[in-house]
Amino acid sequence: MRPVFHPVADHAVLVEFADQIDPAAHAAVLRLDQALAAQPFAGFAEAIPAFVTLLVDFDPAATDHARVIHHLRGLLEVPVSARPAPVLHEVPVCYEQDFAPDLPDVARACGLTPEAVIAAHLAGRYEVAMYGFAPGYAYLSGVPEAIRLDRKPSPKRGVAAGSVIIAGAQCLVTTLTMPTGWWIIGHSPLKILTGETDHPFRFEVGDHIAFRRIRAEALP
Amino acid sequence: MTRMQVLAAGPHVTLQDGGRRGMMRFGVPASGALDRKALALANLALGNPPGAAGIEVSVAGLTLTCLDGPVSVSLTGGGFIVEHAGRRLGGWRVLTLRAGDDLTIRRGPWGSWCYLAFAGGLKAPLWLGSAATHGPTGFGGGQIGAGQVLKLVNPRQMAERALTCPVWARPRSVLHAVAGPQDRYFAAETLRTFFDSPFHVTDAWDRMGLRLRGPLVAPEGALSIPSQAILRGSVQVAGDGVATVLLSDHQTTGGYPKIATLLADDIDGLVQLRPRDALRFTAVTPEEAIALARQRAAAFAAFAARITP
Repeated sequence: MRPVFHPVADHAVLVEFADQIDPAAHAAVLRLDQALAAQPFAGFAEAIPAFVTLLVDFDPAATDHARVIHHLRGLLEVPVSARPAPVLHEVPVCYEQDFAPDLPDVARACGLTPEAVIAAHLAGRYEVAMYGFAPGYAYLSGVPEAIRLDRKPSPKRGVAAGSVIIAGAQCLVTTLTMPTGWWIIGHSPLKILTGETDHPFRFEVGDHIAFRRIRAEALP
Repeated sequence: MTRMQVLAAGPHVTLQDGGRRGMMRFGVPASGALDRKALALANLALGNPPGAAGIEVSVAGLTLTCLDGPVSVSLTGGGFIVEHAGRRLGGWRVLTLRAGDDLTIRRGPWGSWCYLAFAGGLKAPLWLGSAATHGPTGFGGGQIGAGQVLKLVNPRQMAERALTCPVWARPRSVLHAVAGPQDRYFAAETLRTFFDSPFHVTDAWDRMGLRLRGPLVAPEGALSIPSQAILRGSVQVAGDGVATVLLSDHQTTGGYPKIATLLADDIDGLVQLRPRDALRFTAVTPEEAIALARQRAAAFAAFAARITP
């Protein structure tokens, strides 16, 4: 997959694999991100993976756009080695009424029972596609077709941290109390901002996620 | 233990440092000083590391009282008014505070942000290894409020002196930008308008971004693109055609097209403008951008060497 390289300001290159969300483009983003982590260039600052792009930030005192693009092209030409098996995280979710205010509405909109919505959500195979919006907000791709809905017409304020929310093909476990227009279908006690110095974020982009149902009594 | 007590602090007065770098892939922007060069110079003038924690003072001002002294402090950034122990001074200087001294920093003739650094350093709560305050959550050093006691680390005393404010540390109304990375979503005429027309700073700003008033530069068709990285300095355009420049506390990803991205160094000058000030964007190629960045870094390094004790 041949990307387009866009020079950005005096310190970054945006590598764009597609202009629409596409699984092959996302896989290419993850491959390049991993290759770059294994083989950074002098002056590399950080890389920000997203659905179809990788932004590569650099120190202009040490290198420039052309040299960075040359390095990235080199990484893309290396034959694709099998990706190491992604880390799988199990994320506990409580779907009980008090923690899932939008479950009845989601069920109605999808023409399913609330139990069927839960079953569909649990059956999904999710991947950490990218982070964004706020610290630790990991966008999990892979919400099954049967329960994909556009976001709500108006956002709800003060949604508690730990809420499990869905919109379209994305699911998210919130880390902060924030407004959201996504559908709140559960609550997870798992902290994505771990508070640990050497491992502050639970997931890496590309990790896999499976949800496991828990009862309210199991919440701290 | 040397301590300062905050007697009064306006909104938007926060603890900041050189920024929390390398975590945008986890949704965490660098935050840190809006005017990075000013904070670095305030620190360097005292012999501190350039990215050490200091206080970012908004035009709403700050008053401290020195509970134990002596300790030297420095002030850089905007042309603020500084009152110390009965003296009325300007910014850009090194002062020594003694026990019982009050220090007031308030809006002066120019600039929007003043930086106050302490010789030795400031004891600050860290989040992810940095004292930079992440505005939307308050994580890190945090907002400064009346009554708060600030603790200093290894306080030192040095000669009082005035510092020269270099021309390149003043507010900047001509800002260099590289078009894109989504310039292809804008008509050629819209891009010309963006780079040819005057814009003005509005009252709609915070540490996440600054909305501009000026010609509408709406993208053609693509109102949203697959969400992707945003940088400090991205000029994002929503469907209404209004341009917003993203600043230190920006969200790390978003789906609005970016018409252009400012050179990192120019952002320091942009944030020192005030609402209603005029500004203009100048297009540079990526090669010119790199050359400018290096030339400016050299000028900064030469000046930094002169003011470092």
